[in-house]
Amino acid sequence: MPTESKPVPTKPKATDSLVPPKKAAGAAKATSTAKTEILTGSGAILRSLENLGIKDVFGLPGGAIMPFYDELMSSTNIRHILVRHEQGAGHAAEGYASSTGKIGVAIATSGPGATNLVTAIADAHMDSVPLLAITGQVFSTSMGTDAFQEVDIVGIAMPITKHSFLVTRPEDIPATLAAAYLIATTGRPGPVLVDITKDAQQNSAPFVWPPAIDLPGYRPVMKAHGKQVQAAAKLIAEAKRPVLYVGGGVIRAEASEELFALAEKTGVPVVTTLMARGAFPDSHEQHLGMPGMHGTVPAVLALQEADVLIVLGARFDDRVTGKPSEFAPDATVIHVDVDPAEISKIRVADVPIVGDAKDVIADLTVAYAETVKKTTPDISAWWKRLNELKARFPLGYDEPEDGLLSPQYVIERIGQITGPEAIYAAGVGQHQMWAAQYIKYERPNAWLNSGGAGTMGYGVPAAMGAKVANPDRIVWAIDGDGCFQMTNQELATCTINDIPIKVAVINNSSLGMVRQWQTLFYNGRHSFTDLNTGHDTVMIPDFVKLAEAYGALGIRVTKKEEVDAAIKLANETNDRPVVIDFIVSADAMVWPMVPQGVGNSSVQYAREKAPEWEEE
Amino acid sequence: MSHVLSMIVEDKPGLLTRVAGLFARRGFNIESLAVGKSEIPGLSRITVVVDVEQGPLEQVTKQLNKLINVLKIVELDPSQTVEREHLLIKVKVDNTTRSQILEATNLFRARIVDVSTDALVIEVTGDTAKTQALLRVLEPYGIKEIAQSGLLAMGRGSKSITERIYKN
Repeated sequence: MPTESKPVPTKPKATDSLVPPKKAAGAAKATSTAKTEILTGSGAILRSLENLGIKDVFGLPGGAIMPFYDELMSSTNIRHILVRHEQGAGHAAEGYASSTGKIGVAIATSGPGATNLVTAIADAHMDSVPLLAITGQVFSTSMGTDAFQEVDIVGIAMPITKHSFLVTRPEDIPATLAAAYLIATTGRPGPVLVDITKDAQQNSAPFVWPPAIDLPGYRPVMKAHGKQVQAAAKLIAEAKRPVLYVGGGVIRAEASEELFALAEKTGVPVVTTLMARGAFPDSHEQHLGMPGMHGTVPAVLALQEADVLIVLGARFDDRVTGKPSEFAPDATVIHVDVDPAEISKIRVADVPIVGDAKDVIADLTVAYAETVKKTTPDISAWWKRLNELKARFPLGYDEPEDGLLSPQYVIERIGQITGPEAIYAAGVGQHQMWAAQYIKYERPNAWLNSGGAGTMGYGVPAAMGAKVANPDRIVWAIDGDGCFQMTNQELATCTINDIPIKVAVINNSSLGMVRQWQTLFYNGRHSFTDLNTGHDTVMIPDFVKLAEAYGALGIRVTKKEEVDAAIKLANETNDRPVVIDFIVSADAMVWPMVPQGVGNSSVQYAREKAPEWEEE
Repeated sequence: MSHVLSMIVEDKPGLLTRVAGLFARRGFNIESLAVGKSEIPGLSRITVVVDVEQGPLEQVTKQLNKLINVLKIVELDPSQTVEREHLLIKVKVDNTTRSQILEATNLFRARIVDVSTDALVIEVTGDTAKTQALLRVLEPYGIKEIAQSGLLAMGRGSKSITERIYKN
């Protein structure tokens, strides 16, 4: 018999609508009153977006998308935020999506407009962010002729999107946008690109809504096999050293409540990856912190010494596992993921469970409750070991020897003063790791960062997008002086559109993470990592003046005693964005650290200071 | 180890790029590829031969399944499968070799489809073992040109792949 590899998909229920419930009503109304309405393609794009419930979009116009922009100008339902660079539109849409769970929309023109979106699309692909990217394309009759501002963005985007569409006829627009919305937001979320030619925008066709969506090859598996869940529950109940290894999928699946119930019911220790910070409250005593290259010693060693790993929406990223062959050598692996391709990709799953984390975790809690009627789990010895590790290796940092501000202190104070209801978006590098370590997260969607792609410059535009989606929350961008210089032009967007974000530039005058690696692994040769923005340099650019040029409040902080007042002033300033230039020590390093390419047992608590068990 | 994958896909622009790109991106080498219409309008059938171990094969199959335009992938078990490939072979001939080549052609149940004074074009259909055997026989005479189709494969018995797409 031939072997079939496609997992058995669940049949969509007859009641399942392809548009979100609250919009289905609006869509139905549109159908009844406007079934035979003739719209231009541009009008169809706008109407489709409105019917899909889109409220905010980020973009920048150009030749091939002008027909749609002409239409967009008259919309009263959709707020368009004009960015200063298309990458900003992409990351803003990501921040919008990651802070709410809703889809984010970015719009650009053909050619360079579209290619400027590429980094953000790739970023969304790595971090499973529901992103709809709409690009204009040259006339369908000019395609393939190297026309002005023509690039094959559908081809470019193929490996970095969940799917990409080219639309050349106006009548295809409603169904394509509805399909794009469906693909982006269901199963494992991700970016979808819809490239629409200028003639498709200009020509007219009847507007039919809701459109018939024909996606016979798209059937995400949502409901897991009961048998596997039973097997997992039994393993957890019998485990001596279990750990819940929680990834970003738990946040995307909105499964934090279910996770909390499972953790409380089982008493099993929890680690949350970089993408999952906030999925489980940091204040909970079962939380060991973040695992991985810069994880806490208890989290790293808990995974390493575990006998059962319950992996929930995580994908064994190399920054978590270290050398995969040495990762958690004694562990039996229960792997829950909505994407079948993640199961056994890096680490073979002993109990593979394909399904939506929210449902699976709830089912698992029920199955566990049944199982423990027959067996009595005992993980007290495990907790004794972990509590010792927690006591001996807490997160911490030394004051810098050069007398300058400690970056960890600054970030810790921002978190303490602003609190867990705020949203924190980071760039990429040392400041990102410190923000993951020293800000305490109590709720999902409060921590936004570029985890998989590691995109410098993500912070400011992502914070902007998050603020648009959450006008009542304080939104901080924790940025570095390198990252900030990649996308700070969006401060103009923020000031002009009344999006008062706060930016903390952790200014160590260098590409800090690269510098740290140079210090540790390249004999201290700091090759091209000095940016001359900080202490004892020419300070180009002057971030305070830059902030003022953009209409933002600029503050410079150089001393510890100024930190709190500056943060408080920023939190109280809501009539414009705020940029605080924290001049910090360039010598501070991110610890603990597992050097690249070695097993996680080699975790170093601080430089030249491996944990004591190595000596035991 | 070679595996034969049979895929049912939507006949959409760029489909082949998506499939081929995925193989390349994940580091898999395609040994043979055949694409054509299926019995259902709008659906194409792709037969791919890949040389990978079982673990990576599962991974590439899962990744292919994630492509929105891919409806079904089945790995065909060689013992339960009819496999055919199609070759055109241009071989040098002269008066001394012509009859020997004709004899070999007949033995392999291949056909001569073009004749000229110094060359023959031979058409052969069969599984890979047969076509390779014919090539070995013809090689000493001087093969000038080969055009080869990808492998076509179909499970034996009454079942079809496409009926299983809609069974679920």
